[in-house]
Amino acid sequence: MNTDSTKGYLDMQLLRFTTAGSVDDGKSTLIGRLLYDSKAIFEDQMEAIERASKGRGEEEVNLALLTDGLRAEREQGITIDVAYRYFATPKRKFIIADTPGHIQYTRNMVTGASTANVAVILIDARNGVIEQTRRHAYIANLLQIPHIVACINKMDLVDFDEAVYNKIKADFVEVERKLGIHDVHYVPISARDGDNVVDKSTKTPWYTGPTFLDLIETIELRRDKNLDDRRFPVQLVIRPMREAFHDYRGYAGKIAGGIWKPGQKVKVLPSGFETEVEAIDFGGDEIEMAFPPQSVTIRLKDEIDISRGDMLVDPACAPYAEQDIDMMVCWFNEKPLIERGKYIIKHTTNEVRAIIKEIKYKVNINTIENIYDDKKVSLNDIACISVKTTKPLFFDSYKKNRVTGSVIIIDEGTNETVGAGMIL
Amino acid sequence: MEDFSLNHLKELEAEAIFVMREVAAQFENPCLLFSGGKDSIVMAYLAKKAFFPARIPFPFLHIDTGHNFVEALEFRDQLVSELGVKLVVGSVQESIDSGKAVEESGYNASRNKLQTGTLLDAIETNKFDAALGGGRRDEEKARAKERFFSHRDEFGQWDPKNQRPELWHLFNGKKHIGEHFRVFPISNWTEMDVWQYIYQENITLPSLYYTHQRECFFRDGQWLAYAPFMKLKPNEKVEVHTVRCRTIGDITCTGLTLSHADTIEEIITEIAATRVTERGSRADDKRSEAAMEDRKKEGYF
Repeated sequence: MNTDSTKGYLDMQLLRFTTAGSVDDGKSTLIGRLLYDSKAIFEDQMEAIERASKGRGEEEVNLALLTDGLRAEREQGITIDVAYRYFATPKRKFIIADTPGHIQYTRNMVTGASTANVAVILIDARNGVIEQTRRHAYIANLLQIPHIVACINKMDLVDFDEAVYNKIKADFVEVERKLGIHDVHYVPISARDGDNVVDKSTKTPWYTGPTFLDLIETIELRRDKNLDDRRFPVQLVIRPMREAFHDYRGYAGKIAGGIWKPGQKVKVLPSGFETEVEAIDFGGDEIEMAFPPQSVTIRLKDEIDISRGDMLVDPACAPYAEQDIDMMVCWFNEKPLIERGKYIIKHTTNEVRAIIKEIKYKVNINTIENIYDDKKVSLNDIACISVKTTKPLFFDSYKKNRVTGSVIIIDEGTNETVGAGMIL
Repeated sequence: MEDFSLNHLKELEAEAIFVMREVAAQFENPCLLFSGGKDSIVMAYLAKKAFFPARIPFPFLHIDTGHNFVEALEFRDQLVSELGVKLVVGSVQESIDSGKAVEESGYNASRNKLQTGTLLDAIETNKFDAALGGGRRDEEKARAKERFFSHRDEFGQWDPKNQRPELWHLFNGKKHIGEHFRVFPISNWTEMDVWQYIYQENITLPSLYYTHQRECFFRDGQWLAYAPFMKLKPNEKVEVHTVRCRTIGDITCTGLTLSHADTIEEIITEIAATRVTERGSRADDKRSEAAMEDRKKEGYF
């Protein structure tokens, strides 16, 4: 590697994508192929799964074993948890959140989707758009993953028939319309043989679009974050107590929205005081500008009493500051959600107690219909609820900002994370 | 026009700093596990950046197996004094002397597994409620399912099937008395990212990572560093070779790479061409298919 290519590597962009699928739709094969073709699988890992495949009496190397990390998973031949995988091409570095696709693992899908830029949805060409496809699309949309790649897989088993591809595409467009999804890309592939995964297939002359890898290497990520509305949840106050920095007082945090520069006007929530950005520090340097998702330290012109959980915002477009909040929740716990129950809500760097005022409706995620007559919200259920918090949260709708619009719900007794909420 | 995007190293750095600051904010008495290896050196560097110009607000905890490379210990002491942080040492030798741990015997005897007991003791004695570690998900398949905030029960155990869901960057560090957390800020980094970051930030590493002459011997397909307390098999002999360490752990289980690389760029080139994972050179992980998972459940790093 010469200096140029070292520099090239340093300039790569990071893309996080999530894959959801069941045992047979070729998800693991697709991931295995990407890892193998990008040389992210090492010899010892390959040897280990060759050994394991043989031990299970399988003829071919089972690339799925690569993603099944826990002993219970290998024993049962299933993926239980979200597994994170990494690979890089000269253009981008990728983080895959690999999640099981069965309905009983909705919570894992939601978890994997929460940080993703792209959702990869696999559709078996023989089966077309099925209940599970709709469920995956629904979750991708609920979590506001900005881009969806619909891979119509196993094209080899339908003779690479264009008509089959077009029919499935038309069916998925229907789902798109129903859910209001914006950016969907379609690609016909055979993960097993590698058609249109990394290299263009000679068997699909009718398909003129990019390969799967081309797509995820080039999807535009710039608009995925909110660069319009300045939001800065204060994580902690930096007070050095050192002679050289006697009067230093900085607010550490991760930028949740907008483009920040010294001199800009700032409103502090909840106090409402207004001041200006004095400087933005990072690791000992003053920087000219900061934007999401940078972690920085902001200094202000005036000395104001500010602590963790407060938020610095643009006075011209402040977030909501309210105690009555409606949200969609995905429930994660064996213990059902209790109407009128009390929970802890964690939102940005803030933490408040809250009461569940009302369960408005539940969603049947297979048919994407609202259910009003059964309000029992159990493990893996998705519902619309109203909560009242003990003090105001400073929030935006999840659609507008995934950082300031998301919460987790914690059980006060067990300390477990029992739900995830997306503010409406 | 500005494109307002960060390169992947900057984004990973921002994520790691955020996690470290969360630890400082959510816990009363955290510590940073420091081994002297490159991952913990990067962790120390990130911690310095996260809180600057304040000092790092937690001590470093080193679990000393008593079988360390001299160079690694010297480096540790130097770094700790530069950063002005407190160093707490948990000694495996003391655990053995007091009868809490029993030394393994035989040719592949290692104190690696014994570290778990010493680590849990140190966490309990010092009342640490969170321990920051440099573990990465790309290292090993059991680690691939690890959370950033990993909950441990009062026995220090990890229950992989019952982990808390972790969404967005909202970390739940709530716990009952006696429980603690292991926190892994560089979860999403790969070995390559760590080396590229060391290159980008010009971070100093112990000399062991660069090419040097060392007495070593060949066992089970790899070169191991020789130290007087190690038992050689009849057919093994000590030879001097030009080597470097790919990871730095206990001497007994740190594999060496025959290498002439003496700059970070050369090391990166070497790694880019390597076809064996970093942990493939750690004898401790070869013991069984689920070696790491088992040790982690017991409370290992």
